[in-house]
Amino acid sequence: MSKIDDLFLTLRRERRKALMPFITAGDPDLAFTAAVVKELVARGCHLFEIGIPYSDPIADGPVIQASYTRALAHKIKLDDILQTLGDVAPRVAAPLVTMVSYAIVYRHGLEKYVDDVGRRGVAGLIVPDLPVDESAALAKICAARNVSLIQLVTPVTPRERAVRIAETSTGFLYYVSVAGITGERTQLPPDLIDNVGWLRTQTDLPICIGFGVSTPEHVKLLTPVADGLIVGSAIVRRIAAANEQPREKVLRDVGDYVATLLAAL
Amino acid sequence: MTTTSVSINVPDAAGRFGQFGGRYVPETLVRALDELTAEYDKACRDAAFQSELSSLLKHYVGRPSPLYHAKRLSEQVGGAQIWLKREDLNHTGAHKINNTIGQGLLTLRMKKQRVIAETGAGQHGVATATACAHFGLDCVVYMGEEDIRRQAPNVFSMKLLGAEVRPVSSGSRTLRDAVNEAMRDWMSSVETTHYILGSVVGPHPFPRIVRDFQAVIGRETIEQSREQMGRLPDTVVACVGGGSNAAGMFYPFVEHQGVALVGVEAGGRGAKPGDHAAPLSHGHPGVLHGSFSYVMQDEDGQTCDVHSMSAGLDYPGVGPEHSYWKDTGRVRYTNCLDQDALAAFDTLARTEGILAALESSHAVAKAIELARGKPKDHALVVCLSGRGDKDAAEIARLKSQHT
Repeated sequence: MSKIDDLFLTLRRERRKALMPFITAGDPDLAFTAAVVKELVARGCHLFEIGIPYSDPIADGPVIQASYTRALAHKIKLDDILQTLGDVAPRVAAPLVTMVSYAIVYRHGLEKYVDDVGRRGVAGLIVPDLPVDESAALAKICAARNVSLIQLVTPVTPRERAVRIAETSTGFLYYVSVAGITGERTQLPPDLIDNVGWLRTQTDLPICIGFGVSTPEHVKLLTPVADGLIVGSAIVRRIAAANEQPREKVLRDVGDYVATLLAAL
Repeated sequence: MTTTSVSINVPDAAGRFGQFGGRYVPETLVRALDELTAEYDKACRDAAFQSELSSLLKHYVGRPSPLYHAKRLSEQVGGAQIWLKREDLNHTGAHKINNTIGQGLLTLRMKKQRVIAETGAGQHGVATATACAHFGLDCVVYMGEEDIRRQAPNVFSMKLLGAEVRPVSSGSRTLRDAVNEAMRDWMSSVETTHYILGSVVGPHPFPRIVRDFQAVIGRETIEQSREQMGRLPDTVVACVGGGSNAAGMFYPFVEHQGVALVGVEAGGRGAKPGDHAAPLSHGHPGVLHGSFSYVMQDEDGQTCDVHSMSAGLDYPGVGPEHSYWKDTGRVRYTNCLDQDALAAFDTLARTEGILAALESSHAVAKAIELARGKPKDHALVVCLSGRGDKDAAEIARLKSQHT
């Protein structure tokens, strides 16, 4: 049981849903990343996806790409990010999950990466460029250390494959709302509810929906079929303002925005 | 290191060349890659596909390309006999069209109407735009802004051929960033669009498909060598960026163990990080653009900026089969400095009347160096992968910097 399993057990018992902000580590710096996590925990967010900046993120749209580019331009290093996560994780009840490219995990060493995040209290990994067919070695390492390895299902994933992915995923199942890259969208696909509804019949794992989710209307629409919602670009875009504006103001803006989503949950 | 013996029966079903290759992509792309794999397998067994491809290569591309004995160059060098496999004489002026015609046919089979591609030097972009015009497909080519500057003639050609050229301003604004943008486009368009990847890089099945379509280079070279020399060459040299011309040239030679194979990477300004684009010479195994292969990365796994004066070689990664050939010891990889490639460009122009692409000039430079120490009966074949017209303005600029 990872911290993520415990969280969803509690939420399900209380018939509540989770809101999971995505935050880029180190934009504009790691101190602010830590401050945002604390602020959003105080506002009521349930778990966090921490984006580890990567030089070549092919699943990400312009907003998250730009945040990675800014963080890397400040010469941010993985060890510094891990240290910050180690400072934050024990102080917040909300589980932290790193969203990290396999290029980084491989270079760091699979066991070393899972050990390094695990001993700092990070609860899970999302490795967006490691499809289920390539994930056996990492899954084994994660299982042995009680760290969740969250797998993704998309609208173009064939159904029998989606079932196999659900069987392999731990912590929760990440349902990607659209075939595309990350970014805010006004319209979500019309068959999204049906697709997640079908997936719901195939697995007991919590299902969280991400990509494009950005408005209270989205939250209201998706809450009935999902266990949690992941909001990325809309938050990263607001945090980006901290590169120019006073940090207290940005922290408040991000918190107020997230509060509108939490109110719709 | 020679750890395992080399096989030509690669990749396996998971796209592995030994430990290299595989498929490290977002789940969104997996179905399209599975479909492409299945369609390609069917096409391989379909005699009608093979005969249509052969016919187009002959009548449209102009194959077979000549194997030319560069006698004046050989005399001037004063060692081995240098032969040039003239891929520069193909329609569109490079080997790239061998692959785009093949993948264009696959696009039609998959009933997709739109094609995307990345390009560095612009040769793959032009070859894709050409294939799309020929087959009546919509074409978008992603190209880094730096490459748009240094390969302007090819940008103009692509537009004349009806393609849309989308400038890429992220990162180093070169080939690597163009691949990123093409992949992102494909993430959203995967159900209606085929991505014609231009090199033996990327996720399975691209490294296999591109190698197979380019292997016509090596097969012809074997046949022509037997006809014109009465035997196989002693040494074969090709330049390696992503490595498609080299893979196509080398693959049919792999089982002929007596033939030495030499891959030439871009040595740029020197061995310092950031000054070259030579992952097989200076890099480590890692993941980039969906495949496990040698790559230039920092200790965190972030892709490093690389340098080559040649846009087609200015890439931090390399095809997984090259990594496999390196580790099995079947191919020896070396690199060539910008300035030596420029000198070889001049030498070839003045001794043989051939303007080679800057990419190919790297192979020519290494061939000249190797030929010097060899006896006169040593036969050395260079893959002259492309012509240099596209580089004329850039070469003038580079020369004015040097003087």
